[in-house]
Amino acid sequence: MDSLFFLAFAAIAVACGINLVIQTHPITSALSLIGVMGSLAVLYLLLGAEFIAMVQLVVYAGAIMVLFVFVIMLLNAGAEKRVARPWKPYLVGAPLLVIFVGVASCILHDMLGDSDPVIFGSFTQGGAREIGRSLFTEYLLPFEVTSVLILIAILGAMVLARKEF
Amino acid sequence: MLHPVGTGHYLVLSLALLLVGILGVLTRRNLVIVLMSVELILNAVNINLIAFSKHTGNLAGQVFAIFVITLAVAEAAVGLGLLIALFRNRETTSADEVNLLRW
Repeated sequence: MDSLFFLAFAAIAVACGINLVIQTHPITSALSLIGVMGSLAVLYLLLGAEFIAMVQLVVYAGAIMVLFVFVIMLLNAGAEKRVARPWKPYLVGAPLLVIFVGVASCILHDMLGDSDPVIFGSFTQGGAREIGRSLFTEYLLPFEVTSVLILIAILGAMVLARKEF
Repeated sequence: MLHPVGTGHYLVLSLALLLVGILGVLTRRNLVIVLMSVELILNAVNINLIAFSKHTGNLAGQVFAIFVITLAVAEAAVGLGLLIALFRNRETTSADEVNLLRW
């Protein structure tokens, strides 16, 4: 059952990711990215990361995607014009890509093939309580530095989007 | 009966999403889609972190996944701000038409 869930949602994630890259209209890409985020949230749940799964849905599929769709609407971005590209590099690149993924899969299988299977409910340390305790004791300094990062990002976005810039 | 899914499967999924994201960053010309591809890459990183958090039984991976999500939000905000400033000055969101610094 867990394998079935993993395969289904991994397939959805990769298919939506490929759709994101090949679609010409930004709105279609944004919808595909929401599909990727949603299926990844399910995979996080399977890994026992309940809190991250919810954060993924709320922050990524909620906040970031609203930001993207807002900007797409604001810029009135239409479909991208297709430019004729040389096709010869694809003849070299595509087989190399397949070989690379195959070799990487074999190496990962050799290294981690005998690891514990991922079963839903076998890892229960990913709740809000455990994450919060870890975040506010062991990782307090990175947490505070992150708040400075967010402050800088807010200031940067405001300065960049000002009218007289 | 399906083969049980281990950490390696998650890493292969992460690799696939990373490659798709890199492909998007390198081949697309619409800057909004380039930014979305960057989000895809950061998501691939998150899968790695959480899969290894489960693999080693250590919570650090999940905490750092939260930091990566925060970083992605900051990146999206600044990137889209840049995009709006660019559109206001040049009336375009295509990476091909932004060639002021091209040698």
